[in-house]
Amino acid sequence: MSLPKPVMRGLLAKRLKFHLPIAFGVAITTALMYKFAVTEPRKKAYANFYKNYDAVKEFKAMREAGIFESVRPAGK
Amino acid sequence: MLASRALSLIGKRAISASVCVRGAHGVAKVEDYTLHPYFDRRETPLPEVAYVQQLTAEQKSLKEKEKGSWAALSNEEKLALYRISFKDSFAEMNQGSEEWKTVVGGILFFLGFTGLIVLWQRKYVYGPVPHTFDPLYKEQELQRMLDMRINPVEGFSAKWDYENKQWKK
Repeated sequence: MSLPKPVMRGLLAKRLKFHLPIAFGVAITTALMYKFAVTEPRKKAYANFYKNYDAVKEFKAMREAGIFESVRPAGK
Repeated sequence: MLASRALSLIGKRAISASVCVRGAHGVAKVEDYTLHPYFDRRETPLPEVAYVQQLTAEQKSLKEKEKGSWAALSNEEKLALYRISFKDSFAEMNQGSEEWKTVVGGILFFLGFTGLIVLWQRKYVYGPVPHTFDPLYKEQELQRMLDMRINPVEGFSAKWDYENKQWKK
């Protein structure tokens, strides 16, 4: 019947010492992975798209397809 | 005062067994469900009442002994005192069971049953879909989306090859 006295104090501190670094690590890793897997490729895709983008040419093509209501296709 | 006068008018025989008149007050019988219940919970380790309410003579004498020095109690007596106050030990109350398997099985079974109901409903209850689901209509929709250059950077129109009029490989 003589058990050792259980730990009574410092329980939260012990748990935090273990779990806080893990929590921060997971959060930062997730953020970094998102940055390099999603946002950087997206920025590159937009940069490439607009590098040789001719707005007038695209507009003419769309106009010929007949999707605008303010401009008819050329020759009507 | 009024209650006792009113009751003496009606007659002592009319007083129900559950009402006892003492002086000027009427005292109602204490119902079982109004008392604190006993339960084993990890969150509330000390319930309001002891587990065993009616003590045997042996247990009563043990309780008397408890009033003295606890060092004089043997280990069996300490255990007996514990079992008077509590039903399960923490180890006993915290042990897991296999109930979760039944629960998960029931969930999956009823999900499957719901799926059958939904299938039946789709066949026998719902009417036809709108004309906008016709294949020809869908083709025209698709062409219009490409003409409008929907999502030309990363999404829809980005995958269409406008020069060769086909999907990009």
